[in-house]
Amino acid sequence: MTDISHMPAAADDAVPARAPWALLGRAMLQALLVAIAALVLYPLIWMAMNGFRSNAEIFNSPFALPAHWSFAAYAAAWQNGVSQFVLSSLVVTGVSIVTTVFISAWAAYGLTRTTIPGQPLVVGFILGGMMLSPTVALVPLVRMMQDFGLYNTHWALILLYTAFRVPFTTFLIRAYMLDLPRDLDEAARMDGASEGQIFRKIILPLCRPILVSCVILHVLFAWNEYLFAMIFTNSPETRTLPVGLTSLMSKHGTDFAQVFAAMTISALPIVIVFFLTQRYFIRGLTEGIGK
Amino acid sequence: MARTLSLPIDGAAGNGSVLSGLRLSPAARRFLAWRWVALAVLIVGWFVYYPIFDNFRVSMTSSDIFTGEVRNVGLENYRRLAEDPVVLGALANNLAYAVLSIVFQVFGAFVLASIIEDIATRRMRNIWRAVYFIPSAISTTVTGLLFYFIYQPDIGILDGLLTALGLGHWSRAWLGDASTAIYAIIAMSQWQGFGYSTLLFTIAIQKIPRDLYDAARMDGAGPLRQLWSITLPMTREMTGMMIIVTITGAFQVFNEVMVMTAGGPNNSSQVLGTWLYQMGFSQNEMGYAAAIGSLIFAVTMACGLAQLWYTRRRRVAA
Repeated sequence: MTDISHMPAAADDAVPARAPWALLGRAMLQALLVAIAALVLYPLIWMAMNGFRSNAEIFNSPFALPAHWSFAAYAAAWQNGVSQFVLSSLVVTGVSIVTTVFISAWAAYGLTRTTIPGQPLVVGFILGGMMLSPTVALVPLVRMMQDFGLYNTHWALILLYTAFRVPFTTFLIRAYMLDLPRDLDEAARMDGASEGQIFRKIILPLCRPILVSCVILHVLFAWNEYLFAMIFTNSPETRTLPVGLTSLMSKHGTDFAQVFAAMTISALPIVIVFFLTQRYFIRGLTEGIGK
Repeated sequence: MARTLSLPIDGAAGNGSVLSGLRLSPAARRFLAWRWVALAVLIVGWFVYYPIFDNFRVSMTSSDIFTGEVRNVGLENYRRLAEDPVVLGALANNLAYAVLSIVFQVFGAFVLASIIEDIATRRMRNIWRAVYFIPSAISTTVTGLLFYFIYQPDIGILDGLLTALGLGHWSRAWLGDASTAIYAIIAMSQWQGFGYSTLLFTIAIQKIPRDLYDAARMDGAGPLRQLWSITLPMTREMTGMMIIVTITGAFQVFNEVMVMTAGGPNNSSQVLGTWLYQMGFSQNEMGYAAAIGSLIFAVTMACGLAQLWYTRRRRVAA
């Protein structure tokens, strides 16, 4: 990192480098950024490419591009369960988005716009949930889910994803609601609007940016969650993508092309979602860490 | 804004809902405000808090594998915990995880973010940040499996790369070798996670007022000096938080180890999370697994309290 000393004192985009050695240092840092990008992207490209190759190609020439582009492995992976896993992931992610965001928005409203007896305690209780880790709760949760008859159902995952994400989501929405001006709801209250109307027609629409961020953050979590999914589902119909992948790996582990194809299918949607929603996503992070 | 104010609020005369139609005492009204938070309190209390308490209860028991009979054994599981060599090894692995993650995902990401903010144009900044973030958006199962293949001696590209660079004598079965397994996993984890913290640091650096740098430059401060005297102190809060979050994460790690080695070979890459899983769900020793859970709880709770203390102190200072 000694190159930093050769950086020109430039904070602006357009300030030119002043000396040859500064130019060299700058070029080296640019090269570093490119090299890191290659290090990030190459394994992912290798993964997607291997889905197009045959097992023999993967073995004999690990670095080569596919000799001929074949979708066979992608099709096989899709038919060997990946379509099922995608469906399960969609259901679990979709339903838990709705439950998490609504429960959190209600709670955030209650914590910022009403006078609940013992409010600081309630804030501490809900937000304190962020500190508790799923691993520690694992052993008791298994028994609970078995008692409820929810073991090996999507509901188990939906419930747990909601419960473990409500604290963080409430934290984000509450911070946002605290910053909203109060004149609007005061005025509506004067006009005789009920709490429910103020929530639905005034506060919720104003919170749209943070709600979008919360949805994106929840998608990143629920689509990728592994620990709960592994413990609480054990049949092809209930498994979500991350667990489905490991089961595919143990069943078709020697058909490398198919495993790589399944990995690519599972990673692609989330990468696309990230690129499409980057702006909101970064805003969500800024909110979450800025407070 | 005026438009929002004149929103047609149906039934504005106070009969919009059953609740507002009733004449309630202020106390009753305050109590009814609970309905907004009831669901959150219920679900968090039931599925997040209660299991923690129940975990302590389970950790004091032992169930017979054959008869299923549950006995109270007091602190026996904790005594066993203290004497279990695998627990010690797992703790060391978690610690290595924490230390290396702080080096790469906190300090490395800090330097990288400063470089991006300093030399990249606005357009390129967004591109670098987005590209570096991609692995963080992908599930650890996928990245874990991907590196499982990359580390393979036969089809993997790492050994192929080393051979191509003339370093063939370094190549080995990275995950099959007890001396390298955990470090291979940690390396994957850095690959996956550094983009996330780089993104957070660029956000923090952008919040620093630009005139601080202008003033420093007037005074003849070079880039390294600016990094040390402005960027570092101005992002100290973020750095402190990241260190705590990173340590907490390092003691909860499970997914990548499970996918890549499941703790092997010979328990050399075992971490607390995977050892808990193996004890509870492969060996059916729920009591002992719960005791391991308590240990994870103690460490993460300490980190959580440190984080709380840090935030409070920051508030007071500000």
